Amino acid sequence: MEFGIVELSRLQFAMTAMYHFLFVPLTLGLSIVVAIMETVYVMTNRPIWRQMTKFWGTLFGINFVLGVATGITMEFQFGMNWSYYSHYVGDIFGAPLAIEGLMAFFLEATFVGLFFFGWDKLSKVAHLTVAWLVAIGSNFSALWILIANGWMQNPVGAEFNPQTMRMEMTDFFAVLFNEVAQAKFVHTVSAGYVTAAVFVIGVSAWYLLKNRHIELARRSITVAAAFGLASAFSVVLLGDESGYSATHSQRMKLAAIEAMWETHEAPAPFNLIGFPDQETRETHYAIEIPWAMGLIGTRSLTTEIPGINDLVAQAEDRIRSGIIAYDALMHIREARDAADPAITATFEEHSADLGFAFLLLPYVDDPRQATDEQIIAASNDTVPTVWPLFWAFRIMVGLGFGFIGTMAYFFWRASFRGMQYPRWALHVAVWMIPAPWIAAEMGWFVAEFGRQPWTVDGVLPTAMSVSALSMTEVALTLAGFVTFYSVLFVIEMGLMVKYIRKGPFVDVHETEAWMKTHADALACSGVNALPAE
Amino acid sequence: MILHELLSYEFLRVIWWGLLGVLLIGFALTDGFDMGVGALLPFVGKTDVERRIAINTVGPVWEGNQVWFILGGGAIFAAWPPLYAVSFSGFYLAMFVVLAAFIVRPVAFKYRSKRDDPRWRSAWDWALFASGAVPALLFGVAVGNVIQGVPFHFTDDLHSIYEGAWYMKFIGLLDPFSLLAGVVSLSMLVMHGGAWLTLKAEGPVQIRARAIGSVAALVAVGAYALAGLWMAVGIDAFRIVGDFATNGPSNPLHFDVVRTSSWLSAYSDRPWIIVAPVMGILGGLLTFLGLRAGREVSTLLFSKMAILGVISSVGLTMFPFIMPSSSDPQSSLTVWNSSSSHLTLFIMLVVTAIFMPLILMYTAWVYKVLWGKVTEADVTENSHSVY
Repeated sequence: MEFGIVELSRLQFAMTAMYHFLFVPLTLGLSIVVAIMETVYVMTNRPIWRQMTKFWGTLFGINFVLGVATGITMEFQFGMNWSYYSHYVGDIFGAPLAIEGLMAFFLEATFVGLFFFGWDKLSKVAHLTVAWLVAIGSNFSALWILIANGWMQNPVGAEFNPQTMRMEMTDFFAVLFNEVAQAKFVHTVSAGYVTAAVFVIGVSAWYLLKNRHIELARRSITVAAAFGLASAFSVVLLGDESGYSATHSQRMKLAAIEAMWETHEAPAPFNLIGFPDQETRETHYAIEIPWAMGLIGTRSLTTEIPGINDLVAQAEDRIRSGIIAYDALMHIREARDAADPAITATFEEHSADLGFAFLLLPYVDDPRQATDEQIIAASNDTVPTVWPLFWAFRIMVGLGFGFIGTMAYFFWRASFRGMQYPRWALHVAVWMIPAPWIAAEMGWFVAEFGRQPWTVDGVLPTAMSVSALSMTEVALTLAGFVTFYSVLFVIEMGLMVKYIRKGPFVDVHETEAWMKTHADALACSGVNALPAE
Repeated sequence: MILHELLSYEFLRVIWWGLLGVLLIGFALTDGFDMGVGALLPFVGKTDVERRIAINTVGPVWEGNQVWFILGGGAIFAAWPPLYAVSFSGFYLAMFVVLAAFIVRPVAFKYRSKRDDPRWRSAWDWALFASGAVPALLFGVAVGNVIQGVPFHFTDDLHSIYEGAWYMKFIGLLDPFSLLAGVVSLSMLVMHGGAWLTLKAEGPVQIRARAIGSVAALVAVGAYALAGLWMAVGIDAFRIVGDFATNGPSNPLHFDVVRTSSWLSAYSDRPWIIVAPVMGILGGLLTFLGLRAGREVSTLLFSKMAILGVISSVGLTMFPFIMPSSSDPQSSLTVWNSSSSHLTLFIMLVVTAIFMPLILMYTAWVYKVLWGKVTEADVTENSHSVY
């Protein structure tokens, strides 16, 4: 493939999106973990829980700020680098982004300042409310962003308007309740919760290994393991599978993830591992689990899952239908309001395939002039590169099962073994810390790379979405982002490590005040109930 | 869905044109003092504690303020997709610089005081200065360019093409008139930052902020008046000619536009809009007097009045143009040809009508909780928890 402005712009988008997504999952999960801890504090009045809230809150803050900062790039990059995309689908895609700002981002950003600065200015319950508003705001943010992204995967509730040369919304509620968006939302926030749980357990395990902050670490593991176990089940079982078969490229994505070249009679097997070969359209050395794919993909034993070769043939038919739509569109556009009703009717009949005609644009200026070879070449372009999808998906799912196992183990030890953990388990927990980030990035990659060659499935090809920029400009900004983000990443990691090493800030006054008021109870019980070390 | 037919397309477009102004003004009123404080930082704070006082006056609120910027981007995307597409890709490198500033600023606030190393802190202080001053200047430069028209055109498929070499997307923007407009916005936001620090700080920080802020107020008023004069004599306006529908499909190529006379002829067509520039100039002068006299609450209100007047005067003068094209006037973006669809505008209006009052209410509550001055004791006694 020739490396041009489209590839460079994609590289920049992928880089900035995946970088942004390093911070988002932890924000989603840790905001809730912190709010849970503060809830326990308000209910029990024990300073250790306030100390936990503040400690994890500090780490939350260091992470949150980079999530916010890198999110700005995402909000503006569509217009900067993908201006035709912005024009073509802004009528639908812009709405959830703006609603995200109005409904969610304003909420979390306005209250996050009070969370850090309001400890002495607010009552306990008011501060707790603020903590929950931050958590709710963050999670609502994810909802609206995934409604926008879900529409790119499954563009419902919209149709093409020949007068304005763009897609326009016809049904807002269809966009809102898009099944792909709903499935993605549950999957993504669950992944965020798992990330936070693994992070909290890992850092706490490190304290236990170092014999520091034992009280804080044990309690944190208990909270995180319970929260993480539920989330790990959710992320795997309620995962992304629903809605996969809704559209052409979603089916193509499923077939590519599976490296399933030919349609297999139902129920299809699942390739546990294998080596996909794009050239010959074969998968070598595949180890299959019978029936598994059919069950996962269709939840039935009788529904067929189409293979890549059949999907390519379908794409060819849709390109030919798209050419008819394109031809009608040219007539309508020229005639403006006075278009021939017969031509308008033809257009409406074929308009769902208009996007497929655009797949010809890299080969020919006017799709109506395309040769059969060009049509076949364009239909082959609907197959994304299989091996990265195949492996990314397997790494993600493997890690997902690993999280269920880890969380179940820690939950069991926390609940039934008196919060005692063997050293090997603590070591595993520390080494596990990067795993949820790897899984999350893989998941993002599968969703976005698997949608290629489209930005909006079946509607707008990626190659057509890009702004009319020069290579120099995009290379400059890409270099700028890489440098800038690398520096920020090093600084962020440095601060995280510093604040983890430093440990919780012990509020001496409050601890003493609490011990005074509870002196009798402490003396009677005789247990080691020191609220802070 | 037919509910949206209750409000005409034309009416919704005008409402969303107004809301675009509300968002820009909301951004300038809130995030404006953050940028102003950033630009003032090296000058009002000579010691670390003084600088921390200045930073902590905006510490708990900058995050919420910055959302006005992000929401502005989102709302332009949702309500004016062609404007979003043309302006963000057209001003590509300038946008990158603004983005860089808005990325580094949150990090600088959050991380600056997390280490004691003076070099670490000094580096972040300069980052705060640059990320306040540079966007404050560039926003005005962008407005200056829009007033003169931007060199772009649409193809038949509505691909937008910016004329000229890539580097012209940055240095080409820095013509004399646009730089003057940049001076207006920078000095206005420095004035606003000065007014904010007057309210929230005391001692030497406040004294310096008042001195610099009052100079900035005079510069802002002078540069604004000069820009108005320049527009009267030196810049051609744009005008839609022939028949056009105000409720037709959003296609810029359906309109005929010519260059003609001066933007200021709007003041004879719609004399009432003179209110806006009068508020701008009067607000600036009153801010100057307020800063000199050391009045706190009223000065901030005067400063807000000045910003409201200046920004709304640009929009009202150019109406119905939003982003005219200097190289191909027919491609100009106006209120009538570059909005979202009727349905999308209606839905976004409903959502805004529900959430904007809520946002204003809880933002006001947060400012109320945080009411009062940031003192030296606040910073030194809570050294581990404040910025």
